[in-house]
Amino acid sequence: MTNRIMIVGVGGQGTILCGKLLTIALMKAGYDVKMTEIHGMSQRGGSVSSEISYSDKVYSPVTETGGADIIVAFEKLEALRYSDNLKPSGKMIINDHVMYPASVLSAKADYPEDLNSRISEKFNASFLKASEAAKELGNTKVMNIILLGALAKALDLDGVNWDEIIEENVKANFVEINKKAFRYGHDNINL
Amino acid sequence: MKNLLTGNEAVALGAVDSGVKYAGAYPGTPSTEIVENLSLCKEELYSEWAPNEKVALEGAIGACYAGVRSLACMKHVGLNVAADPFFTNAYTGVNAGLVVVSADDPGMHSSQNEQDNRHYAYHANVPMFEPSDSQECYDMMREAYEISEKYDTPVLMRLTTRVSHSKSIVERKEKLDVPFRPFEKTPTKYVAVPAVAKGLKVKVIKRKEELEKYSETSVFNKAEYYDKKIGVIASGICYQYAVDVLGKNASYLKLGFTYPLPTDLIKEFASNVEQIYVIEENDPVMETQIRALGIEVIGKDRFPLTGEMLPQIIRKVILGDANEVTAIDKSDMPARPPALCSGCPHRGIFYSLAKNKKRRDRIYISGDIGCYSLGYADPYNAMDSLICMGASISAAHGASKVYDMMGLAENKAVAVIGDSTFFHTGINSLMNVAYNNSKVITIILDNRITGMTGHQQNPGTGYTAQGDEALMLDIPTIVKAVGIKNVTTINPNDLSSVDEAINSAMEYDGPSVIIARYPCALKRFSKEDKSEFGEMYVERYSVDAEKCTGCKNCLRSGCPAISFDKTENKAKISDDSCLGCSICSQICKHDAIKKVVK
Ligand SMILES: Cc1ncc(C[n+]2csc(CCOP(=O)(O)OP(=O)(O)O)c2C)c(N)n1
Ligand code: SF4
Ligand code: SF4
Repeated sequence: MTNRIMIVGVGGQGTILCGKLLTIALMKAGYDVKMTEIHGMSQRGGSVSSEISYSDKVYSPVTETGGADIIVAFEKLEALRYSDNLKPSGKMIINDHVMYPASVLSAKADYPEDLNSRISEKFNASFLKASEAAKELGNTKVMNIILLGALAKALDLDGVNWDEIIEENVKANFVEINKKAFRYGHDNINL
Repeated sequence: MKNLLTGNEAVALGAVDSGVKYAGAYPGTPSTEIVENLSLCKEELYSEWAPNEKVALEGAIGACYAGVRSLACMKHVGLNVAADPFFTNAYTGVNAGLVVVSADDPGMHSSQNEQDNRHYAYHANVPMFEPSDSQECYDMMREAYEISEKYDTPVLMRLTTRVSHSKSIVERKEKLDVPFRPFEKTPTKYVAVPAVAKGLKVKVIKRKEELEKYSETSVFNKAEYYDKKIGVIASGICYQYAVDVLGKNASYLKLGFTYPLPTDLIKEFASNVEQIYVIEENDPVMETQIRALGIEVIGKDRFPLTGEMLPQIIRKVILGDANEVTAIDKSDMPARPPALCSGCPHRGIFYSLAKNKKRRDRIYISGDIGCYSLGYADPYNAMDSLICMGASISAAHGASKVYDMMGLAENKAVAVIGDSTFFHTGINSLMNVAYNNSKVITIILDNRITGMTGHQQNPGTGYTAQGDEALMLDIPTIVKAVGIKNVTTINPNDLSSVDEAINSAMEYDGPSVIIARYPCALKRFSKEDKSEFGEMYVERYSVDAEKCTGCKNCLRSGCPAISFDKTENKAKISDDSCLGCSICSQICKHDAIKKVVK
C-alpha cells in the first residue's frame, strides 16, 4: 500500500519547504517517494497543495479522492477545501489559524466560524496553534516547520535524523530556530 | 547517485549528461524550470531566455546545424509560436542532435487552453517521447539525442504538468562527452527552397518508415502481462495512474515512444488481452491510430476529453467504483482565488481603468497574458478580452478600425500588455498599429521582469538568464522607432498621473503608448533598479479608525493587505502584508489612510 500525505495551505505559507524536507526524510528512511505540486498562481495568495506518496514502489504521484492518510492544513479553511481527499480512516493535522480570502477581506462573504467543531465532528483532526507559536519563537515563517514536527510525530519514521535534515537544508542562521520549531510541533501536537 | 528530482530537473540533467551545449527557451508554466536549472550550469552549456519561442527554437536549430547538441523548451502554446521553424526543421533535419520540449497543461492549471501537442508530432512528422516520471525524463532525453542524430531529425519531448512538476527518484548515469560536429555546407539539406524541399519531403516519409521500426523495438515501448481480462494502453502519467488503480488486475502496454506508434506491438497486445482501454489525457490521439488498425478499444467514448485523467476517473470508468469520502458541509466555503500581490505596480492602472464609469463605458480593454491578467477579476473587471500573448495590441487594432468604420468616434480600444509580453510578440502588433494607423491606446505594464512565471529576466531588464549583465533594451525608444509619436512614461503608483495619461490619450487623434514603469513587488531588485527607483516598498500605511467612515472605497484597490471589519464598520491594513505603495491612501477621500511614521 502506498502511503499518501497532502500538505495544503495558502500560497506563500511555506508548504513547499515542508514537503521537501519530508521527502528527504522518507528517502533517508529507504522509501520510494514521489511528490507533486500544483503551483500555477501560488505566489499570488491562491490555494496550494503538495502531495507526497511513499511505499516500496510508488506509481501515481497524485492522491486519489478519498486516498490521503494524512492531510496537514496550514490554514483551517484549506482543511475543509481538501477534505474530500482524506480516507475515512485518515487524520488531519490543522494549523489553528485563519487567513481571509479576498471575498472575506472585502466583506462580500463570511469566513465560516464553526470550522474547528465542524471538522472535528467528521474527522480525526488535531489542531495546533502553529502560527502563534512561530511568532512566539520569533519568526512567523517557521510555522511550516512546527507543522512538520507535528507530522513527524504522527508518522513516527524509523531511523530519521530530523535535526540533520534541517541542518542540511536550511540557511545556517535559521537552523537553530527551525530545530526549535520542529521540536515544538513534535512535542505539542495532541494526536 | 540517486536524487529526488522534478521532471523538469531531470530533463535538464538529461540534457547536461547528453552533452547539450546550447539551450534556448521562453518561460511558460510548466516548462520554465528546465532552462532555469540549466542557467545554473554555466560551465557546462550556454542557455538563454529568448524573446519568444520561435526565436528560441530557431537559435537552437542554428546551434545544432553549427555542430552542438541543442535544446529548445516551451509550454504547449509556445509551440504554436514556434510551429513555423518546427515544421521545416523536420525537413532539413539536424547536424548535432536537437530536442524540442513541449510541456502541456491538461486541466489548464496555468494556461489559456488545453491543446494536445502530440498532434504536432503527427502533423510535422517528428518522433516523440512521452515520459511518465523523472527517471524516464532523464533516460528519454539521452535516447532522444541518439535518435535525433541517428535518424537526422528533431525530436519532440512531450511533458505534461504532472510530469514536469512531480518529483521522483532519478539515478544518474555517466556524462557523455560528445564531440563537436563541424557544419558541412550542404545546401541540398539545409536550404529549404522549393526545389530542395521536394527532395526533403521524400526523405521525411522514408524516415518515418525507419522510425516505425525503431518504435517496435524501443526499450520505452513494452507490454507487461498480468490479468488479461483488461488490457490498458497508456502513455505518460496516465500509465502511472492506471497501475495505481488497477495493479495486477490488468495488463499494460506502456508506450514511451509514441510517434510513430509500434503497430505490431499493439496488434500483438490486442490479441493477448480481452478488453482494451486506451487511457490518454485530452484528445484521442493514440486511440484514433489504434482504431485505424482495426482494433476495437474503449477510449473517449467513456473517458473525458478534458482535464487530467486522474486515478479516480480511471477507477470510475473501468471499475465503476469510487473511494469512500466523508461528507462535510462546504456550502459556505469561500473560494481562494489568486490576487495581485499587495504593492503590485499593476494595481494603479487597473484601479484607474475601472473607476471612471463614464470612461469605462467608452473603452474596450484588450487584455494579454501575465500577472496583470488578474485585472479581469473583481474588484476591477477591467479586461474585456484575452486571447494569447501579444494579442492585446493587435486585437485592439481590429476593434479600433471597426469603431472608425461604424462612426463610433467616442469609443477607444485600450491594450494592456506586460514588458515581457511586449518583447515576445507585442512589438509586431504595435508595428501594425503604427503602420495601419489605428487610435489604439497601448499601456505597457513595465514591471521590469517576467513576473507571472516566477521572475525571469527579459530583454528589458539588463541581465541574461545566466545572470550576466546585458544590454537593457529601452521600451520608449523602441516604441518611438516603431513610429508612435504620443508616448509617455509614468509611475503607476501615482494615480493622478495615471488618470491624466489615460485621459489625454483618450483625446488624442492617433495611436498612443503609455509606459507604466515600476518594479514588481516580488522582484529581486538589480542595482539599476535601485539607482532608478531608490528605496522601494519600505513604507507602511495604516487606517486611522477615527477618520475611516466605512465607505469601502479603499477596497476597490483590490489590495490583499486591506480587510473590512463588518462589526466595527472600518477598514484595516495588515502591517505584515502592506508594502507601502500608497494606492489606497490616494483612493481614500476621508484622509483616513496614512503613512506609518516610524
Ligand atoms: C506563447 C506563450 N508563451 C508563454 C506563456 C507563459 N506566460 C504567461 S504570462 C508570461 C509572462 C508575462 O510577463 P509580463 O508580460 O512581463 O507580465 P507580468 O507577469 O510580469 O505582469 C508568460 C511567459 C504563454 N501564456 N504563452
Ligand atoms: S508577482 Fe509582481 S507583477 Fe505579479 S502580481 Fe505580484 S507584484 Fe504584481
Ligand atoms: S499602501 Fe495600501 S494598497 Fe499599497 S500595499 Fe499597503 S495596503 Fe496595499
